[in-house]
Amino acid sequence: MYAYNDFDNAFLAERNKQFRAQVERRVSGALTEDEFKPLRLMNGVYLQLHAYMLRVAIPYGTLNSRQMSQLALLAEKWDKGYGHFTTRQNIQFNWPKLSDIPDMLDALAEVDMHAIQTSGNTIRNVTADHFAGAAADEIEDPRPIAELIRQWSTDHPEFQFMGRKFKIAVSAGEKDRAVLKAHDLAVRVVKNDAGDVGYQILVGGGLGRTPMIGKVLNDFLPRADLLPYIEAVVSVWNQIGRRDNKYKARIKITVHEHGLDDIRARVEERFAAIRPTFEGIDQTLFADIQSHFAAPDFRDAPLAAYDIAYDNDPLFRSWADTNLSEHRAPGYSIVTVSLKKHGATPGDASADQMRLLADLAKQYGHDELRISHEQNVILPHVHKSDLPAIYAALQQADLHTANIGMISDIIACPGMDYCALATARSIPVAEQIATRFDELKLEHDIGHLQIKISGCINACGHHHVGHIGILGLDRAGVENYQITLGGDATWDAAIGERAGPGFAYDEIVPAVERIVQAYLDLRQSQDETFIEAYRRLGLAPFKAYLYPEAQAHAA
Amino acid sequence: MARAFTPKVVTANALIEGDVIYLTDAGTWTRELSQAALLTDEADAQLRLLEAEQKPGEAVGAYLADAIAGPFGPEPTHFREEFRRTGPSNYFHGKQAEGVSGH
Repeated sequence: MYAYNDFDNAFLAERNKQFRAQVERRVSGALTEDEFKPLRLMNGVYLQLHAYMLRVAIPYGTLNSRQMSQLALLAEKWDKGYGHFTTRQNIQFNWPKLSDIPDMLDALAEVDMHAIQTSGNTIRNVTADHFAGAAADEIEDPRPIAELIRQWSTDHPEFQFMGRKFKIAVSAGEKDRAVLKAHDLAVRVVKNDAGDVGYQILVGGGLGRTPMIGKVLNDFLPRADLLPYIEAVVSVWNQIGRRDNKYKARIKITVHEHGLDDIRARVEERFAAIRPTFEGIDQTLFADIQSHFAAPDFRDAPLAAYDIAYDNDPLFRSWADTNLSEHRAPGYSIVTVSLKKHGATPGDASADQMRLLADLAKQYGHDELRISHEQNVILPHVHKSDLPAIYAALQQADLHTANIGMISDIIACPGMDYCALATARSIPVAEQIATRFDELKLEHDIGHLQIKISGCINACGHHHVGHIGILGLDRAGVENYQITLGGDATWDAAIGERAGPGFAYDEIVPAVERIVQAYLDLRQSQDETFIEAYRRLGLAPFKAYLYPEAQAHAA
Repeated sequence: MARAFTPKVVTANALIEGDVIYLTDAGTWTRELSQAALLTDEADAQLRLLEAEQKPGEAVGAYLADAIAGPFGPEPTHFREEFRRTGPSNYFHGKQAEGVSGH
């Protein structure tokens, strides 16, 4: 993975020094809050309901063991002993003091990490497929282009104070694991008929109050054109995007209002103007970055230890069937460690758990970890013979839940337990749904079903693209939850349909249970997943289960 | 007709710690809602808010929050303010753990 050079270190040291001075000036009264706020936001510092929150970037979700251990240290030294992994592959610390944050940033810099551009109206942390570099279905590791984009966008003078934020995701897999179509701009690595690798560029996706599915702006961009083309897109939007209304400021609205063809023509014009200014330094840099992402030395070892455990230990087998994914190297697996223990806060890890994960990565995983937008931790490169030992270690740390892709593997934003923008809670809803379906022992029978919960219309919990989406709102001073059905976060991305009137806090778990009952009753076989059944049947039969009273009245 | 004024407290977050604070009768800050000044007059409430905004070295984002008189001092009327005076519901952290939940 990428290691900082002298330039990166010097830049970060200077930036952290600046922020330390900004905090000092705020505390001394030399800066007002209005002056300070944009400065702290550019460094990932929010003020939430109960405390400040520091959002640390985990670029394209990749970490090494040293970095994970340092996150554990931050959690213990300056927070309450845990961190929250987010739906954008970042980590949030919920309880720092303003006066401690400069020290936290210095501690992050020691391990090549920062919180720059994790907030503010700028290009945010670049996200990627969390299986990048390991997946069996990918054309190439997409992280070198993510790192190239990170370096290009960091402190880019044209894009520091835009009309709104701008989110970029990259992926190279046949399957989309990075929710590409919900991003302002997405780069999909593709191969053309001649066998050349290039990029498909999608634009104008996004969730929030006006959810939109991204559209293909360019079907095949040659490698060397990537940065100038992205720069042209952001530049065009930065000029013509609306600044009169923050709810209409994102590029999805610009694309919607101007039309894709108009945007494409403007981008082409801008691209033609700026392309000559990219004289090849970006490609030299790219070649250097690529060398940082060389695949590990995969080893060849017998699989007996794995086979024995799989055949004899039903708990291990259940976990292996649920939490492992196909690796591109023979004898290897991708391990997804669930941060969704039934009844626990989705995405939270204690300092001890972080340290254990770091140790496992170091001992068994070629020193690599990933964070998924689904708020789990991945050990991307594990030889199968090491899996029994890893499982045993995870059991000791309560990290062995076998539920990846299941109904209790819920995405949930922090909601009103922490977030100043939230209109209702999300975390306890997720906890209660997971606990309920664990009690029912139905989880594995239900199979693949994604529930995604947001505590406000901004949709950090991706509820629009959940098979079952839950949106928490404030209705006349009371928490109320709207359900959407049929959303999809994959390459077949779809925005869920609103099922009908919302549910009170104590009605939402039974409501989800009725939807699941509908699925179990209506599916053609156990092989038909929830989303497949929904696509075949549509909303109506699910609605009949969800609102039995309405049916009774109609009858 | 203008809506009738409902009682308010002045609340904000502390500059350094970031935790929830309330303005008292004496014009100082308290971490307990029950110790806050309950403002029943609209003009007075606006003045107290201005007063709070003049303390940028102590408080961030001061605003008027609805509250009602309870047996032990002001109490929240909205669940958001209930969470602010208590702490998150997923962990025993924040004010509830510091013994200043306002109950």
